[in-house]
Amino acid sequence: MPPSLFAPLKPVAPGLRTVLGALCFVLFFLGWGIATYGGFVKPLFLASPGDSLVAGWGLFTEFGFAQDIAVTIWRVLAGFALAALLAVPLGILMGAFKPVEAFFEGFVSFARYLPASAFIPLLILWAGVGELQKILVIFIGSVFQLVIMVSVIVGSTRLDLVEAAYTLGASRRGVVLRVLLPAASPQIFEALRLVLGWAWTYVIVAELVGASRGIGHMIIDAQRFLDTGQMIFGIFVIGLIGLVTDFLFQAAHARLFPWARGR
Amino acid sequence: MSKLSIQGVEKTFPGRRGASATRALEPTSLEVQDNDFITILGPSGCGKSTLLRVVAGLETPSGGAVLLDGQPVSAPGPDRGMVFQSYTLFPWLTVRDNVCFGLRERGVPRAEQLAVADRFIAQVGLRGFENHHPAQLSGGMQQRTALARALANDPKILLLDEPFGALDHQTREVMQELLLGIWEEHRKTVLFVTHDIDEAIFMASRVVVMSARPGRIKCDIPIELPHPRSYKVKTAPEFAAYKERLTEEIRVETIKTLQMEA
Ligand SMILES: Nc1ncnc2c1ncn2[C@@H]1O[C@H](COP(=O)(O)OP(=O)(O)O)[C@@H](O)[C@H]1O
Ligand SMILES: [Mg+2]
Repeated sequence: MPPSLFAPLKPVAPGLRTVLGALCFVLFFLGWGIATYGGFVKPLFLASPGDSLVAGWGLFTEFGFAQDIAVTIWRVLAGFALAALLAVPLGILMGAFKPVEAFFEGFVSFARYLPASAFIPLLILWAGVGELQKILVIFIGSVFQLVIMVSVIVGSTRLDLVEAAYTLGASRRGVVLRVLLPAASPQIFEALRLVLGWAWTYVIVAELVGASRGIGHMIIDAQRFLDTGQMIFGIFVIGLIGLVTDFLFQAAHARLFPWARGR
Repeated sequence: MSKLSIQGVEKTFPGRRGASATRALEPTSLEVQDNDFITILGPSGCGKSTLLRVVAGLETPSGGAVLLDGQPVSAPGPDRGMVFQSYTLFPWLTVRDNVCFGLRERGVPRAEQLAVADRFIAQVGLRGFENHHPAQLSGGMQQRTALARALANDPKILLLDEPFGALDHQTREVMQELLLGIWEEHRKTVLFVTHDIDEAIFMASRVVVMSARPGRIKCDIPIELPHPRSYKVKTAPEFAAYKERLTEEIRVETIKTLQMEA
């Protein structure tokens, strides 16, 4: 490769970009294949790519894995939607109005360091092992992070835009609704994407305890039968869903905020 | 009665975190008549922006008062249109919606907003760019849009804080002519801050020179060049005479500023 490809910050051609991205996956599977098919790792610890795929097929045909996936996705979306519903408006208020920020900031900063998984025993006590408990874990894990992120984003809106709006006759309400909000939207959207990714880790943790369905439950179940193929397939499915979600978010971002491209 | 009356306005910025306070503006008084085009000329850091921001209502003076049509000014409002040195178009709005912004905030019906916006967009020479977003425009086009946005509100006075400061020399000269043309047509009262002597003389009916920090008004020179002025006036002997005088005035202040910093 010519060394000019590695000039700092130099963009890479779109075609080469795709090739390089795919190459990483290829090498990953190659390494995995060599480790397993080559007999370097025992199947008890790590199933081969082929076995994992077969195990996955079995999961769908025999164990209703599609339903597990649906249940998990539903939990993530429900918990995440609840968190967003509370966090986005509160974060906007905190970012826009400094007294509101002063009131909540300390508490929220404290609360966001509380690990969601540590709440699982308490939540089981309060809400049982049903859906509500799972959703609450995700809610607790996401809401405080999101509040802080949204408030920082809104609070860092360019002051000169706000001033320009005032000199054009905007009221305070007008400034919040028609300057702070649109200015912050692309980044808020980006924050939602990030936090949704974290919500996926919480849901799996929540499902490892006291669940009867879901991807996390399936993985724990597979562990009992030492079925590394199923476990690996389950983990892969989570990654795949993440990849698809990211893609959807990016497509939506480009559609919703064409003016923010290249920022 | 003056259109705008600046009466003993002074400003001291409180020092932050133990730093000493900054005296930005000595008590400053200035009477602006209706239809005046006043350029405020001074070395950078002398308090020009501060003065303009006080008039805009974006900064509270430490003392003194600003009256517009006899009414005291205390907060920003659409009666004082402002164009900033930095690009302050709303990036999420098209050129047209940027120009409509003030009208919309004031509840003007959409059809009327569009009619007004299109008129001013045409006036600043941006017809055909109505649906562009700011990121698609050059700096000069952005500032023209900002000018149209301020004018669309039909303010009593136009405040311009080095609006062409970030533009290259050629674009800047064309922008000056454009602004002067608009002024010759509408005869808006204008307060224009700059540190460029040519720019100050070319557009002004009066040039107000400010001293080095803390700023105060050092002299106030009426510019008696005939209207309509074209760029050719810049090579006229009268222009050169004004320039010679202002260069002297500014030089002294710039040297003072440099000594202060040393
Ligand atoms: N918000 C502020 N806080 C503290 N000092 C400021 C602030 N704004 C301006 N100043 C200081 O006041 C002085 C005048 O600034 P400014 O009015 O921006 O000057 P000019 O526009 O003539 O370059 C400068 O020394 C500047 O550092
Ligand atoms: Mg300035």
